[in-house]
Amino acid sequence: MLTFVAIGVDGLVYASWLFLVAVGLTLVLGVMRVLNVAHGSFYSFGAYAAAWGVGIYFTHGWPDAGGYFVVAGAAIVVGVVLGLLIERGLLRWLYDRDEVVIVLVTYAVLLILEDSVLLIWGTDPYFAYQPSALLGNTDIAGLPFPNYNLMLIALAVLTGGILWWVLNHTHRGKFLQAVIHDREMSVFLGINVARLFTITFVIGAILGALGGAVTAPVISVSPGIGVEVIVLAFAVVVIGGMGSIAGAIIGSLLVGLAHAAAVHLLPSVELFVIYGVMTLVLAFRPRGLFGPAQLRRI
Amino acid sequence: MSSDRTIAGLCVVAVALAVAGFFVPAWMVFIGVISLAKGLVVLGLMVLWRTGLVSFGQSLYYALGAYAVGLAHLYWGLTDAFVGVLLGVAVAGFGSFVIGFLLARYRDLFFAMLSLAFAMILYGVLVKSEALGSTDGFVISVPTFAGYAPGADTAQAVLLAFTAAVVLASAYLIDRYQKSTAGHLTTAIRDNEIRVEYLGFSVRQAIHVKYVLAGILGGAGGALVAMAVGHIDPDMAYWTTAGEFVFVAILSGTASVAAPFFGSIIFEVLRSYAMQYAAHVWHMVLGVALLLIIMFLPDGLWSLFRKRARAH
Repeated sequence: MLTFVAIGVDGLVYASWLFLVAVGLTLVLGVMRVLNVAHGSFYSFGAYAAAWGVGIYFTHGWPDAGGYFVVAGAAIVVGVVLGLLIERGLLRWLYDRDEVVIVLVTYAVLLILEDSVLLIWGTDPYFAYQPSALLGNTDIAGLPFPNYNLMLIALAVLTGGILWWVLNHTHRGKFLQAVIHDREMSVFLGINVARLFTITFVIGAILGALGGAVTAPVISVSPGIGVEVIVLAFAVVVIGGMGSIAGAIIGSLLVGLAHAAAVHLLPSVELFVIYGVMTLVLAFRPRGLFGPAQLRRI
Repeated sequence: MSSDRTIAGLCVVAVALAVAGFFVPAWMVFIGVISLAKGLVVLGLMVLWRTGLVSFGQSLYYALGAYAVGLAHLYWGLTDAFVGVLLGVAVAGFGSFVIGFLLARYRDLFFAMLSLAFAMILYGVLVKSEALGSTDGFVISVPTFAGYAPGADTAQAVLLAFTAAVVLASAYLIDRYQKSTAGHLTTAIRDNEIRVEYLGFSVRQAIHVKYVLAGILGGAGGALVAMAVGHIDPDMAYWTTAGEFVFVAILSGTASVAAPFFGSIIFEVLRSYAMQYAAHVWHMVLGVALLLIIMFLPDGLWSLFRKRARAH
């Protein structure tokens, strides 16, 4: 029984984390048809910026609550700066190229950004445990769970909810849906697709950086975290169906619970259970759970 | 440049490299072996890339080939280079044959992601297997050649000659393949699959064959690198290793079977200098180079030669 509670809660926490990391990727993919490998770098930049900011904030002994604003602020600054730089400065000129070539372009950006992280923050790990440690624990069925982790679940639900609301109940969100559905027709209807692309990419970057920033307090922020995370995010996106927000939710839940079950019941498969799930799903649903059907063009 | 001339040129270069191995400093011999062996993996990627498929998981077969050599040494005490390469090829070939049934159904991003997933599964298995040294991997001894055990000072040079022979044979066979009917389907599939189906060919089968070819070449490359380095670890299967192969494939271009080896040698030489003088910015240099190539030389470095050849 205890094991099942642990699997359930750990699974939800892990799923929330995966969702936060993957949702920006799937948004950009859905709207822009760009599989952004550099999303992993947004994650690591966000994590480093948050850990660095939190470290400075708490050495000054300012009020504890402000630490959470530092985390959020780091994500927004990183997302806006990197997102604008990469979309306006680079991707904009390459949209007419093949999808796979764009993947390689973003892979190049990942390589550049990963070394930039090292140049800016060095190779020593950063620790920013305060925002997590300050919140304490909650007992669920006798097991203590850190409140910070439970808060991640709330944050993931909130993020998903806001995205859903924006996409379905605002003017701009409906424009986005039109672009996802048929880009060419949207241009004819007078939608400024170029500007929507920039906005989408920046939001995607902020979400990626936010994923890293909220993770920073519970890990040691060290080189290589972005490279690890991006393949996990890919798996979630592919399982859910590329470009589908609902798919990202189901995908992260599936992978999160499978991962937690593996950790508690069969630790030897922990490292690859996520790819096992992905392979299984794709074997039966080649375009992912919520993936759009593709037209055959003769 | 006609491909017969390419093969003739490769013959000359391979023989020259094999002979030079006995006279140049050891570090150059080592770079020669590594870049030729990795060039084999890239040649496999090139076979796929010509149909528009990019595999971000070629590290799977690279690691399978290496671990085939390593395990044969660990459990059976086998050190023979011929047997090692054959084993690597057999294991990787079988693996790609089985996985190919699934992968041949996918294209574009799904193909890239699914091939990556399989590589990461192998990585996960290797990291968790403590009998194989987990993340540390394990050491394997210098290879012998059909009973002949070269001395410590010539071992790498002999391995270079051996590698050059494997490269030459592979390049010749792939060149033959690309001139066969199945090979000519390559670009047709890239342009329009459905029309190829209407011509009476099975696209899925053609892609399956290409995938197995790429797997075999990956296995051979991995086996040779394992023998040259004398140590193997799970990082050989990690996705960044596969990303490196993709990088070299883009750098080289797909115009000729010689291009992957040319690109691979440039890459390894650059890397060994960068590691010495600018280790911190190595990935940054790679990234910038990749961007520049994609933007200004979309057909790879080899296209520089072709332009010059046409001008004459």
